[in-house]
Amino acid sequence: MIKETRLLMGMPISVAVEDGGATQDDLESVYAYFVLVDERFSTYQASSEISRINRGELAPEQYSEEMRTVLALSEQTKRDTHGYFDIVRDGRYDPSGIVKGWAVHNAAHLLEARGFRNFYVDAGGDVQVCGKKDGQLWRIGIRNPFNRKEHVKVLLLTDCGVATSGTAVRGQHIYDPHHPSVRLVDVVSITIIGPDVFEADRFATAAFAMGRKGIHFIEELPGFEGYMIDAQARATYTSGFERYVLRP
Amino acid sequence: MRKLAVSAVIIGVFAFYSLMHGRANPASPSAVLPRPTTGSSGTPTATDAGGATNPTATSSTATTGPAYKNGTYVGNVADAQWGYVQVKAVIQGGKIANVQWVQYPSDRQRSVEINSYADSQLTTEAIQAQSAQVDIVTGATDSSIAFMESLGNALSQAQA
Repeated sequence: MIKETRLLMGMPISVAVEDGGATQDDLESVYAYFVLVDERFSTYQASSEISRINRGELAPEQYSEEMRTVLALSEQTKRDTHGYFDIVRDGRYDPSGIVKGWAVHNAAHLLEARGFRNFYVDAGGDVQVCGKKDGQLWRIGIRNPFNRKEHVKVLLLTDCGVATSGTAVRGQHIYDPHHPSVRLVDVVSITIIGPDVFEADRFATAAFAMGRKGIHFIEELPGFEGYMIDAQARATYTSGFERYVLRP
Repeated sequence: MRKLAVSAVIIGVFAFYSLMHGRANPASPSAVLPRPTTGSSGTPTATDAGGATNPTATSSTATTGPAYKNGTYVGNVADAQWGYVQVKAVIQGGKIANVQWVQYPSDRQRSVEINSYADSQLTTEAIQAQSAQVDIVTGATDSSIAFMESLGNALSQAQA
């Protein structure tokens, strides 16, 4: 197994490949991709394309293909989530709620295209797992938001995506676009298992913005399961969630 | 290349941090806080000084990027406004092998709201710690400014 963690896009990004024959070069190609994504979409970099767009320096016809893709996916997600997912705030784009999952998804495709079948890519807790580790399902812990050294569930997963949205580290980084001034405090985190990390990430962001309604939204969403932790340290989970949980 | 990227991120975060918090928090958080009980802040603990690599996570020889010195480095305590955070970085084979929390606020917000899910398929339970080993952890993003500050401090100690 070859594994590495680097700090990019303001978070630790880990890549691990189980298949024999994986080299440093394979990892470099994945990290190079994340660097490109960051250079284009980081709202913290004044020279990024998204910052230039937000300053009004680029007309829509000058947007890159990647930018158009992300904006279209954001628009689609806004529709899919009754407006709870919205990258526009105060007249500016902040696509970070969709770019991370999208980038991890693309990074996983990059490894697949290089012939690998057993690996994971993890960007700050948004994870795509493919294949297995030593013939076993990948084990993914859901971190306890009240004690970060602990996990509260262990998931056994393959060929899918997991993402968590929450207040744990960043503070109030997600808001309800329908009530922008209301702080979301009751739900602390929501973890979503989806068909891939892009899907898991965008619905995790939206479900979190829905507050307590979020877990009901996931329950109604075919192909997704969710695990919500509230401020009273209680968890509420969807009807199909338990089949992914390691029995303690 | 990687060194540049990491430096850029850390410098950017510092700049942003100073802008946002410089005036609000003139005192250095580490100066007003007791030292944590685990680890010794600012002192590298050479747990892996021989350059041994973890057999379950063997990486190819580091040919690019910064050659961090092997060991465990505890970052400074950083103010995240809602509490103080501190991380440590474990360097193996010259690379970041792990980043762990040394200090993290554990304030449970109080709320009196009672909810019932009687009419749905959902189940509610009290959360419980699990001890099983895991390959990966999912949780809300580790990208706070305070997190990056403490980690940047730990990594600067690890610079060869």
